[in-house]
Amino acid sequence: MNNAILTANFRKQFPGGPEIIAEDLHLGAGITVLFGASGSGKTTVLRCLAGLEIPDAGEIKFGGEIWFRKSGNISLPARKRGVGFVPQDYALFPHLTVAGNVGYGVNKLPVAERAARVAETLRWLGLAGLERRLPRELSGGQQQRVALARAVVTRPKHLLLDEPLAALDTPTRLRLRGELRHLLRQLGIPTILVTHDRFEALALGDDVVVLHDGRNVQHGAAPEVFSRPVNLAVAEITAVETVQPGKILEMRDGLATVAVGDARLIALAEDLPADAREVYVCIRAEDVILMKADTVQSSPRNRWAATVLKLAREGPLVRVSLDCGFPLMALLTQSACEELALREGMQMVALVKAPQVHLIAFTR
Amino acid sequence: MSSADWQLVGFSLRMALASLLLVLPPGLALAWWLARKDWRGKALVETLVSLPLVLPPVVTGLVLLQLFGRRGLVGGWLHNTFHFDVVFTWRAVALALAAMSLPLLVRAARTAFEEVDVKFEQLARTLGAGEWRVFFTITLPLARRGVLAGTLLAFARALGEFGATIMVAGNIPGRTTTLPVAIYQAVENGEDAHAWTLAGVSAVIAFAAVFVSEKLQRRRK
Repeated sequence: MNNAILTANFRKQFPGGPEIIAEDLHLGAGITVLFGASGSGKTTVLRCLAGLEIPDAGEIKFGGEIWFRKSGNISLPARKRGVGFVPQDYALFPHLTVAGNVGYGVNKLPVAERAARVAETLRWLGLAGLERRLPRELSGGQQQRVALARAVVTRPKHLLLDEPLAALDTPTRLRLRGELRHLLRQLGIPTILVTHDRFEALALGDDVVVLHDGRNVQHGAAPEVFSRPVNLAVAEITAVETVQPGKILEMRDGLATVAVGDARLIALAEDLPADAREVYVCIRAEDVILMKADTVQSSPRNRWAATVLKLAREGPLVRVSLDCGFPLMALLTQSACEELALREGMQMVALVKAPQVHLIAFTR
Repeated sequence: MSSADWQLVGFSLRMALASLLLVLPPGLALAWWLARKDWRGKALVETLVSLPLVLPPVVTGLVLLQLFGRRGLVGGWLHNTFHFDVVFTWRAVALALAAMSLPLLVRAARTAFEEVDVKFEQLARTLGAGEWRVFFTITLPLARRGVLAGTLLAFARALGEFGATIMVAGNIPGRTTTLPVAIYQAVENGEDAHAWTLAGVSAVIAFAAVFVSEKLQRRRK
C-alpha cells in the first residue's frame, strides 16, 4: 500500500500468552479493518497503536512522528499520540454526564468554545438533548455514539475503534452499521476498526488486514480479501463456505481445470504458481446460483447437477447444502427459495462463474 | 456537661479533623502508589503502614516521641530551624492521631482505588489527560465512596486514640487533653459519673462515624 500514514512493525507478548507480531503493517487514510477470530491479537495490536500497551520490540510510525521505537527507547505516551480511542465496552466515565464525557478531551479550550464544540459534536451524532444524562441512563446505541463523540471531539489524527458494534443487540447493530460507515466517511479521519464479523468488515472497511494466530496474514481491499483468501487459514477465518481439496488437470489460457470430488470445474488461474498441482477450491455461498434442473442456460462455465441435502434458515436468508459431486454451500433469499419451491432431496442445477472460483495452492 | 466538657469535646473533634488534614495527602498518595504501581520494597512499606494497627499504641507513641522530641531526628531539626516544638503541644496530639489512623485510611483507600477499572484511566490518557488530572477527575471520584468510608473510619479511630497521644502529648488540661485521656483521668479521680458522661459522648460520635462509613461501603456494591 502506498500513501501509508501509519506503519508498524512490532511484537508483543503477555506472560503466558501467545506472541503477537504485527509485521509490515502499512495503513492508509481510509478505514482499515483488523479482522480475525477472538484471540488472534486484534485488540493487542490496537492497544499498542493507542499507546496503552508497550510493544516488546519494533517500531510504530505515524506520518513523520515516531510513536514507538525500541532501539531508541522512544515511546510516546498515549496522551500525546492524539488518537481517538473507542474500546469495546466504550468505557464511558460512569460519574460524568454525556456532556462531561464528551467534553473531557477538550478541557484546554476556552469555556465557550468547549461548549460549542461539544454541542456541535452531540448534534452531529444525534445526541442533542441528552447532555445531562449519565451513561447508565442511555441505551446501548446511544452509549456507542457518546463514546464516538468523546473520541472525535478532540479532532484526533487517527481513530481506533475496538469492535464498535459488538456490545449492541442485533437490530441496533444492523442499523448502526450503515450509520457508522456514513459517519466515519464524513469525518475523513484515518480509522482502524477491529472486528470479527465478516459483514461488518465488508460494510465498514476499505481495506482489511486479516490476523491469524497473532500475525497479520493478508492485507487488501475488503472484497478482495474475502473472496480471494491467500491461504487455507484465511479462508477459514473469513468463513468461505465451500473449501474443498482438488487436483489441477489442465492449465490453459489462464484457466485451470480442476477435479473436485466427482466433479470438474473451471477457475481463473492467474494467482496460481505454474507448478501448482494440488489446490483448495474456495467458493463463496452467495456466488452460487441455483436453478431448476430443466432450465437451459449456458453462460457460466461451471454447471453441476446438484442434490439438495439440507435447508437452514438464517434470518432472511436460507443456507442450502448441496451435493454436486462435492459438498457445496449456497445462500439464497427466502423468496428465491419459495420461487424455486426448494425441498430437501430435490434435483437442481448449480452454477458458478469461473472468476468466482478461487484457487489456493496447496502447501505443506 | 460543663462548659469545660464542651470545650474538651470541641478540642477532640478539632484534633481529629486536624489529623485527617495531616494524614489525607500522604495517605491517599501512598494508597494510590500501593494500588497502581509495583516497586521494590513494596511489601516492606505495606507492613510498615499497617504496623500501628497491631503495635501497642504506646509503642507508636514512644517512636513518635523519639523522632519529634527536641533532641529527636525530626523534632530537633524543626526546633533549630523554625523554633517550632511538637511534643506536649496540640501538634503532637494531631500527629499521634494521624499516625494511628493512617493504616485505616490507606487500607480503605487502596482497596477503593484497586476497584476502579484501569480502563477509565487509560481512556482519559488517550484524551490527553496527564497523571494528576487522571487521578483527580477519574480515579478519586470513582473511588470516592471507599475513600470517604476510610476517612470516616480514620476519624473515628482518631477520636478514640489514647496510648500514643498520652506518650507524645501528655495530659495537659485545656491544651493536650483529649476525650479518652479525660475519661481515664476522671476514673482515676473517682469521678465515675463524669467518666460515663464523656464515654457517652464518645460513643455517639463513634457510632455516627462508623454507621455512615458502613453505609457508604455497602452502597458501593
